[in-house]
Amino acid sequence: MRERPGSGPDTRRPLWHSLWRLRSYLRPYTRIMIVSWVAAFLGIAAGTVIPLVGKEIIDGPVAQGDRAALLPLGLLALGLGVAEAVLTFVRRWSQAGPVLGLETTIRDDLYRHLQRLPMSFHDEWQSGQLLSRATTDLSTIRRFLGFGVLFLIMNILQLTAVVIVLLRTYWPLGLLVTASAVPVVALSLRFEKRYIRVSRQVQDQQGDLATLVEEAALGIRTIKAFGRRRHLYGVFDEAASGLRRTALGKVRLSSRFFTFLEVIPNLTLAMVLLLGAVAVGAGALTLGTLVAFTTLVLQLVWPVASLGYILAMGQEAMTAADRVTEVLDTVPDITGAQNETGTEISAGTGTSAGTGVSTGAETSTGKENGAGKENGTGGENETGTEIEDGRRATGRRPGGRGHLRFEGVEFRFPGADRSVLRDVRLDVRPGETVAIVGATGSGKTTLTSLVPRLRDVTGGRVTIDGRDVRDLSLPSLRSMVATAFEEPTLFSMSVRENVTLGRADATDREIREALEIAQATFVFDLPWALDTRIGEQGMSLSGGQRQRLALARAILGRPRVLVLDDTLSALDVETEALVEEALRRVLADATGLIVAHRASTVLLADRVALLSHGSIAGVGRHADLLSSVPEYRALLAQDADLDPERALR
Amino acid sequence: MNDSWRGVAAEDQDQVSESVSLLLRTRSRRLLADLLRPHRRRIALLTAVIVLSSAAGLALPYLVKAGIDDGIPPMLAGGGPGTLLTIIALVVAATLVQALTRMVFLQMSGRIGQDILLELRRRVFDHFQRLSLSFHEKYTSGRVISRLTSDVEAIGELLDSGFDGLVTAVLTLCGTAIMLLVLDVRLGLAALLPLPVLLLFTRWFRRESSVAYRRSRQAVALVIVHFVESMTGIRAVQAFRREPRNQEIFERLNADYRDANMRSTRLVAVFMPGIKLIGNVTVAAVLLYGGWLALNGTVTVGVLAAFLLYLRQFYEPMQEISQFYNALQSAGAALEKLSGVLEERPDVAEPRRPVPLDGSRGEVPGGAPGRGSDGARGGLRFEAVEFGYDGGRAVLPRLDLEIPAGQTVAVVGTTGAGKTTLAKLMARFYDPVAGRVLLDGVDLRDLDEAELRRHVVMVTQENFLFTGTIADNIRFGRPDAPTAAVVEAAEAIGAHTFVSALPEGYGTQVGKRGGRMSAGQRQLVAFARAFLADPAVLILDEATSSLDVPSERLVQRALRTILADRTAVIIAHRLSTVEIADRVLVMEGGRIVEDGPPERLIARSGRFARLHQAWLDSLARD
Repeated sequence: MRERPGSGPDTRRPLWHSLWRLRSYLRPYTRIMIVSWVAAFLGIAAGTVIPLVGKEIIDGPVAQGDRAALLPLGLLALGLGVAEAVLTFVRRWSQAGPVLGLETTIRDDLYRHLQRLPMSFHDEWQSGQLLSRATTDLSTIRRFLGFGVLFLIMNILQLTAVVIVLLRTYWPLGLLVTASAVPVVALSLRFEKRYIRVSRQVQDQQGDLATLVEEAALGIRTIKAFGRRRHLYGVFDEAASGLRRTALGKVRLSSRFFTFLEVIPNLTLAMVLLLGAVAVGAGALTLGTLVAFTTLVLQLVWPVASLGYILAMGQEAMTAADRVTEVLDTVPDITGAQNETGTEISAGTGTSAGTGVSTGAETSTGKENGAGKENGTGGENETGTEIEDGRRATGRRPGGRGHLRFEGVEFRFPGADRSVLRDVRLDVRPGETVAIVGATGSGKTTLTSLVPRLRDVTGGRVTIDGRDVRDLSLPSLRSMVATAFEEPTLFSMSVRENVTLGRADATDREIREALEIAQATFVFDLPWALDTRIGEQGMSLSGGQRQRLALARAILGRPRVLVLDDTLSALDVETEALVEEALRRVLADATGLIVAHRASTVLLADRVALLSHGSIAGVGRHADLLSSVPEYRALLAQDADLDPERALR
Repeated sequence: MNDSWRGVAAEDQDQVSESVSLLLRTRSRRLLADLLRPHRRRIALLTAVIVLSSAAGLALPYLVKAGIDDGIPPMLAGGGPGTLLTIIALVVAATLVQALTRMVFLQMSGRIGQDILLELRRRVFDHFQRLSLSFHEKYTSGRVISRLTSDVEAIGELLDSGFDGLVTAVLTLCGTAIMLLVLDVRLGLAALLPLPVLLLFTRWFRRESSVAYRRSRQAVALVIVHFVESMTGIRAVQAFRREPRNQEIFERLNADYRDANMRSTRLVAVFMPGIKLIGNVTVAAVLLYGGWLALNGTVTVGVLAAFLLYLRQFYEPMQEISQFYNALQSAGAALEKLSGVLEERPDVAEPRRPVPLDGSRGEVPGGAPGRGSDGARGGLRFEAVEFGYDGGRAVLPRLDLEIPAGQTVAVVGTTGAGKTTLAKLMARFYDPVAGRVLLDGVDLRDLDEAELRRHVVMVTQENFLFTGTIADNIRFGRPDAPTAAVVEAAEAIGAHTFVSALPEGYGTQVGKRGGRMSAGQRQLVAFARAFLADPAVLILDEATSSLDVPSERLVQRALRTILADRTAVIIAHRLSTVEIADRVLVMEGGRIVEDGPPERLIARSGRFARLHQAWLDSLARD
């Protein structure tokens, strides 16, 4: 896992800090937890007293031949035994609710939080890492808070209780038994440290092995294409053998420890027997007490031995809690405006950006705004850019007009030393469609992701109808803007649900219309038509089919601003032509931003912006750019004799 | 008997019938036996050691009894401590024997366990790699990963702790029962009276927890799938405001998982105290009955003490069995799935007796002279080839095709025309249902896999990059290639410019799955990889789709020289690729409808001419 600056656990805080913070999740269960703790204490008491009853039986009725006393004592033992079992049952049964409730609630919260965290976060974190936090780490926490803490306290109590009983019964023997616990505890603590180290190592190696497996599974086509099965097997074998070696070290370590754990109490037993016998011989100890002693000594083994284990568990839980809170503490830096008045933006709201909510983000970019407003449109566009005043006044249609502007936009990935986008100024008038053209890696996709705020600008601003996108609530912004991505994500659900992702209330007719525009009517030939399950868990579709569904999804939302991020790349020429034909109608009503690699796609747009090394190198009509900008010609014209090396430079 | 349950077919089933589950169990057991067989001797030794260890453990309470009954009375009588000291010495000896044997046991069983795990990992990994693409396409990578990680680890967990627990518990149980009866038959019988209840109770628990366990596994699987899907698709989730609905679904799945867990937790909450109840009642009964017998002088106090100690030993491991069951269950389920995977046979099997490729054989008339470097010339022939996926509709009804060595062939056609299928048959990702595909006159099915892959390489739109440097990735097909050759390949394909612009050049780590490299850059690396491999036949399936026009043009210019002395089959939606082809095949509905040099086809007014015209229009030259 990568080291993330500033996000690691703070070393100044106590280890248990993160874990302790999670206690609030247990608050709703206070009452039931009191029940289970009381049951736990009473259970310990009953368990400790039973051997003492045995002692009474041996010393009393048996030694003195007192038949009458036998039955009540026997029944007492029975009663205590039943009570212990019942109390154990109450403790375990009542604990299930709080413990599982805690785990479930944290997991819900974690998921909710993750959904709110922006792309910049998800770029850094692989879903596997997040998954291990939501599953493995949470169950580690559950096990410790649910059982570990209780056992820890119970064990300590039981130890104390038994030691007190032993000391009071016959102190020399009691002292001996107590002393025998010392090396066990000391060794447990030492063992725990080493054990954790080697366990971590095993875990790391398991993780490496998992990565290898993942690559071998995902890259199976490449491996087969090059016939590299044996090579990969060699790499895997080496890693697996390494894991085996470490695991054997773990086995050796724990075998020694657990053996030691059993030797000490047994040797103590021998000593108890020896000294006890001497004491009995000297009349200082009754036979019954000696029997009780041996039973109690054995009763101590588990609590003492498990101390180390429980402490190790606690340490794991603390690490797990650190990992979970690390995610929960990440503040989503892309959030909607807190008190936005509504989703409707009236036309001509040139003022609202300034007068709306003043978020922290906005003030920091204020300086750039001024410049952007002044020459954002006029400065860059040669082709008569100004919005006619008439349109500004009459463009009052419900839901706003979709006037999209990039004003001096800058973007830099966190931790990167170079900006991906620099001073991007672009004005997309309501209803207009602008194509973004640029070489591989010029920042096209990043630019489009700024509109629905999948990423936030690091300088300048993006406005829709005059309002900074950061002043809109996320739901309303994202219902205004729909994007069809080049690598479309389909979820494991029905075609219908996938397509209506952005608009759950769409009618069948609207769905069909969107599918027709995207040339995705193939879905009606699927076994259950619209209700066919697709995605990882369902029917697999080809790249082109997936792109068309993603396009239908974007269209169906009837967005004010439609962003197509090279959405048609996987389609064959004929289908692409059909889609483009149909798209024209959609784009007539919406403001469009299209990332394009091919001339055919560019022709969908009214104007083209050439993106070069992160800034706009030219805006204009396709034909004009083709004739006047060599770099543009290199990207889009098919003149074979043009030297691409020079143009790309 | 029931062949439809072969392999991985049962994996998706929630409930399987009795006979099928028997079948699955038999299969798992066979795999287990197979894995254990090489360790027979060590297992025999292990058994001896564990029996010795248990015997020493069982001796302790008996020695306590001896100490109380035989060691103390002489001392009370004023005699010497001789007997007692002997007994104490025996206690110490038994303790040491137990400790030593136990350590040996733990280490030996640990070693055997790890050896088995390693063997299982090797087998399953190798088997997955051998299974054909058609299997992988259905099975999905996620399941491959969980077979090799969580399932293998589940078995590891059982071997780690469960095995020890089970063996010790069984031996202790039997041994204790015997000792109780030996010490005193009446009291022993009384103590063992609850045994049938205990066994019935345990059986009930085993059944219930097996159901509960399965349910919770299923529930957690759903949680994981949903979680991973929403995290990997987070961009779409956020862009389309899917969060609230996702949250709703997740909370429902999460609640299901909680309920399933609740059920198994409560099951344990009944089982553990239940065992404790039986144990405590037995102890009370022994105290009462034993006390009464002791009162009458028919048993000694020592026997009573020994009974109390034995009963503790008896019931303690019983409680741990509940934990052991979980390990057993998950290992059982894992074994079932793994044995299923191992039972799958690759559709594309390696030949028993590979036929060597001989350059002189299968001389193709009109073909360019073979490259002759290692025997392959690169002539391809399809003879009456038929193909359909999963016995469904035929994708290729019947195809005859001859591609002479050295020819560059472009294959065009609409989506679903069968172009990719054609390519996959050439690369033997699939085998034809009927007919055969020949390379230099040898049926692909008779070629050794390594040889076939050396001569035939396919580049697809999926450009998987492995962890490691860019150089490592380019070298993937030819690991012994010197750096100069790597750079040369990259230069030839136009990847050198962007690679050398990276901070660490060819030594740049590509990061997980190609991390921050763009799709186009990944594709260029994949190209360089294919060229460095230097195959006789190169198949490009949509390999330039992610490139921008200048890069694509660079690649095409490189192709002209690179493809000069080898056979090439190029599949492309964009017709620009066609310009470098000697021959064009137009496919439709799995058939070749037009075939000839591009100029000739353009001159005719067929399908290709129309496609070409449409493409020219789309270019919008100025």
